Amino acid sequence: MAGKTGRVKVKINQVKKIFDSRNGEVVALNGIDLDIHENEFVTVVGPSGCGKSTLLNIIAGLEKPTSGTVSCDGKEITGTGTERGVVFQQYALFPWLTVKGNVEFGLKLQGIKGKEAEEIARKYIKLVDLQDFINHYPKELSGGMKQRVAIARAYAANPSVLLMDEPFGALDAQTRTQLQEELLHTWDSEQKTCFFITHDVEEAILLGQKVVIMSARPGRIKETVDIDIPYPRNQETRMTQEFLEKKNYIWGQVYQEYLAVRK
Amino acid sequence: MEAHTLVDGTAKKKKVKRNLAERIPNGGWLAISLIAALLFWTILSLIPSTSRSFPNVFLVVESIGTMMQRGVFWKDIGSSLISVTSGFSIGFILSLPVAIVMAWYKPIRFIIEPWIQFIRNIPPLAYVPLVVISAGVGRTPQIIVITIATFLVMSITIYQGIKNIDPTLIKAARVLGAKDRDIFMRVIAPASLPFIITAIRLGTAVGLTSLIAAESTGAQAGLGMRIRALSNTFESSPMLLYIIIIGIIGLIFERLVKLLERRLTGWQEKRDV
Ligand SMILES: Nc1ncnc2c1ncn2[C@@H]1O[C@H](COP(=O)(O)OP(=O)(O)OP(=O)(O)O)[C@@H](O)[C@H]1O
Ligand SMILES: [Mg+2]
Repeated sequence: MAGKTGRVKVKINQVKKIFDSRNGEVVALNGIDLDIHENEFVTVVGPSGCGKSTLLNIIAGLEKPTSGTVSCDGKEITGTGTERGVVFQQYALFPWLTVKGNVEFGLKLQGIKGKEAEEIARKYIKLVDLQDFINHYPKELSGGMKQRVAIARAYAANPSVLLMDEPFGALDAQTRTQLQEELLHTWDSEQKTCFFITHDVEEAILLGQKVVIMSARPGRIKETVDIDIPYPRNQETRMTQEFLEKKNYIWGQVYQEYLAVRK
Repeated sequence: MEAHTLVDGTAKKKKVKRNLAERIPNGGWLAISLIAALLFWTILSLIPSTSRSFPNVFLVVESIGTMMQRGVFWKDIGSSLISVTSGFSIGFILSLPVAIVMAWYKPIRFIIEPWIQFIRNIPPLAYVPLVVISAGVGRTPQIIVITIATFLVMSITIYQGIKNIDPTLIKAARVLGAKDRDIFMRVIAPASLPFIITAIRLGTAVGLTSLIAAESTGAQAGLGMRIRALSNTFESSPMLLYIIIIGIIGLIFERLVKLLERRLTGWQEKRDV
């Protein structure tokens, strides 16, 4: 069973991010401290614009913090790295590549070619149930299918940390449920550390060992709630007393922040 | 069951009425359009006030023979094609690196772009004399004029295409391990292909429209040069013929670009404009 091993995988230390925009400075993150342990599944909820994506981009190495540090395996993050994979809020598929080409993209950059790359690609395409669309172009896929390709592409590159920005946001309920269960399965079987952003509180509780609640601008961590419900979790978990209690509590906290944004 | 057929029946009836336009195949429409144009042309050739500019179809077709007899028909077409294709090719080869450099390095963009925009709005005919002063007469100035005109439109088009590439695609490539070189070869290059093809389409069109200007540089032959020469002798039949030939060449270019587009960018989301 995956879980906290005690070793810190990603350490976020006093991270601040200020954007200079035309309308002056925007403080997106204001002093974030967070330890993500090896093989831990952390989910993040918070009102729109509170800096969730910004934090993810900083961990990914796509954005630099204005101050503070982020380290992975004890090394300070200064740029992107293949040990940290990202599933973006927008699918960001390469439209000129087929499903297979997209999934193989990262493999080729890692020097894995030909048969070997194809085999790995097939495995992950099958995992997200797209084997019948392997040679299709993104324009021929539905939104949910595109998102599944994006997930397969990230998995295939075999990162030890998976950073996911509302990956299931655009999916219908069934696909979403299916992918949630598959994600938990992969996380468990492949020993990955997950940082998962969602605005769906239920999803956050169902997946995460730890739910990070972020507060309205300027983005801070309002509270971190441990979810001790044992895995494997599935749809029945949603009906348990423990789940409902957590849901009510976290919903209340998040709702306060929504109200704060309104003001 | 009955209700079903009923619905089916009315739907069919409606369809027949609505799709009258679709029942005639595309080839049919082309024929209808051609006949309409010929009719219009014939009317123009009958109206006294326009008949001198629009000699009828038979006279124009006949003038093919006249021009062949004079030994200039194929020479003119060949000469213009050489000028347009070489000018276009040089313009294209120059526009690619310039567009990339403009998209990649801000300072260079700030220095170059305003001037490209500035010169782009000047009709080529205006700077022809300047080209002739330096390059003399003959083939060279023709190619230079077409090169300038096509380069300007293509470099701007390609540059704007590169600039508008979705930045999340570049981020997605980076997190998968792409270095600058990979980003360029595996993201920028394929992503800008549609814009390069648009640039080629605009470039060939501009190449043709600047033909008259290019061939006013003391050319010995050429479609544009011949039209001007014929205008001095008021020979409207061959003039109209040559004008139509320029149009046909344009159509052929367009078709070739379409072919290229379908082969290279079939993956693209269709944006029917
Ligand atoms: N490149 C940027 N330039 C200027 N401001 C930015 C930039 N990126 C984000 N911001 C600002 O930072 C704040 C946080 O944005 P971020 O995208 O991280 O929010 P989010 O929590 O992911 O929101 P959502 O749930 O809607 O995705 C917002 O106020 C946003 O306007
Ligand atoms: Mg976001």
